[in-house]
Amino acid sequence: MSVVNVWLFPARLAWRQLVHDRPKMIAAISGVLFACVLVFMQLGFKDALYASAASMPLKFDGDLFLIHRQSEAMWRPAQFERSELIRALGHPAVAEVIPLYLSLATFKAMDSNVKRTLMVFGYDPDTDLLNIDAIKSMRYALRVKDTVMFDEFSRPEFGPVGELLKSGRNRTEVNDYKITILGVFQLGISFAADGNIVTSDQNFLRIFPNRDIGYIDVGAIRLHPGTAIEPVKAELKTLLNDFVKIYTYEEMLEHERLYWENAAPIGFIFNFGTVMGLIVGMVIVYQILFTEITNYRFEFATLKAMGYQHQYFVRMVFASALILALLGFVPGFVLSNGLYYLAESQIFIPMPMTLEKIITVFVFILFMCATAGLLAIHRLKSANPADMF
Amino acid sequence: MVIEVHNLNFSFGSGVLTQPVLKDIDLVIHKGEIVIMTGPSGSGKTTLLTIIGGLRQASSGSVVVLGEQLVNSTERTKVNIRRQTGYIFQQHNLLNSLTALQNVCMTLEMQHDLTETERSYRAQEMLTAVGLKERVDYLPEALSGGQRQRVSIARALVGQPKIVLADEPTASLDRQSGHEAVEILKQLAKVSDTAILLVTHDYRILDIADRVIELEDGMVKTA
Repeated sequence: MSVVNVWLFPARLAWRQLVHDRPKMIAAISGVLFACVLVFMQLGFKDALYASAASMPLKFDGDLFLIHRQSEAMWRPAQFERSELIRALGHPAVAEVIPLYLSLATFKAMDSNVKRTLMVFGYDPDTDLLNIDAIKSMRYALRVKDTVMFDEFSRPEFGPVGELLKSGRNRTEVNDYKITILGVFQLGISFAADGNIVTSDQNFLRIFPNRDIGYIDVGAIRLHPGTAIEPVKAELKTLLNDFVKIYTYEEMLEHERLYWENAAPIGFIFNFGTVMGLIVGMVIVYQILFTEITNYRFEFATLKAMGYQHQYFVRMVFASALILALLGFVPGFVLSNGLYYLAESQIFIPMPMTLEKIITVFVFILFMCATAGLLAIHRLKSANPADMF
Repeated sequence: MVIEVHNLNFSFGSGVLTQPVLKDIDLVIHKGEIVIMTGPSGSGKTTLLTIIGGLRQASSGSVVVLGEQLVNSTERTKVNIRRQTGYIFQQHNLLNSLTALQNVCMTLEMQHDLTETERSYRAQEMLTAVGLKERVDYLPEALSGGQRQRVSIARALVGQPKIVLADEPTASLDRQSGHEAVEILKQLAKVSDTAILLVTHDYRILDIADRVIELEDGMVKTA
């Protein structure tokens, strides 16, 4: 009973005082809400960035992958000799190697004729490098000259390709080269590319006449079923030249993710935004608590004269901070949830509201309010009954 | 004896700026006694009251309240004395965000062995005793000056203190409500045998006192 009361009584007084001054409480809650939404959005965008950056190699069907060591990320690859990949066939565990050609190119929207950049994947359709059923089912059709498949998760600026295909329009230009769209598949966009198309290696070289068939961007390696991947990776490393890096599927995803996290300043920007949001929220809460203590210092001095001790008021300030954190977080979460939904449905960025994210933001907000409380406590010293009566 | 002051000296400031406020004060107050302390402003009345109430630290002489020495005492001793003392302020000093009942309960919330119901019951009894039965759920801003001061009397007395210290309790009240307030205070104190030390300028309420002492320039003026 007593232990509960030690916190319950100051918390109850804190609550009564907050409720008594509604406008100030609403201002404080708005501050917390603002910080909450800002942090949710920054974290959401950051995760979305990493998730979609890693989405490019997500559907690759292979055990090991070669990229040039100068390749920072897949949307900006450095080419290397195809013969380097072919040499991997010399290893007995390697069953198959698949050269992949990648390039950004302009795509002319069929309805508006506006040109916009997307990513072109070129590989032999018979290899089924992308593990997407819609593409696999078109592997024979894709052998035909100047045919492509279009990613319907591309940004809407590329036009309603799916609907246009149904109405019979399927001709447009990629890199100023006329092509026919055979159908659509679903992959998803990244921050690097607003859309994707897949074509055969032969068509790729037609779309990009200055590309050489002997120079590839990514090399995928498939091993015989049941082979342990790590030892083969180590042996291939000694077999191949130093200028290629060899990655497992997971390492490939990690490489892409780390690029956005470190090499590009984007990870820093979002982290910075998160910290700024928390600081602004903290300053607002601090200001409110500070003026609260200033306004109530006469009452606090009265309570001190009655026998209340400093610790009681410290607990009270922290209770106020905690109440504001809770009251600000709940609407902040609801609003952020709506914004996440909006982001997913309107700007096609994957932004899932995960439990982990909710807990992270809540801990941040608690920490923010507790810090504000800690800073405001020194103001309590001004409530000295001997100086006031 | 509940209050025993001997040779108390107190001054503000230090060095050449030292301003003596209390000089060689001797004062004894017995159980159940009502003592009024008067004197011109600046005579040190409030300072003496705050020392006896454990709000201010004195460093020379002797101030024994309820058997505890307050001169050069620890914070713990002073808090202990504050809890056994009812303090009535010049302004009512109620908490504006709390109702009359909640304000009175604030005194009882320091006693953790009471239940919520007991606290509420005792506070209600006390507010009834000061004639505010109908006003228990009002906020201070909805009460008149006299009613507020009566709430503050209830707050001071609800903890059943041995001593009540009052600093100009009628200063902001008109003649009638001022007199009513101290009259209630006197009656309740007599019932529970509580000693009262009341500082006032207000000569209209001197009649409630058992004894009047006058302070001038920090010294007790012997009548």
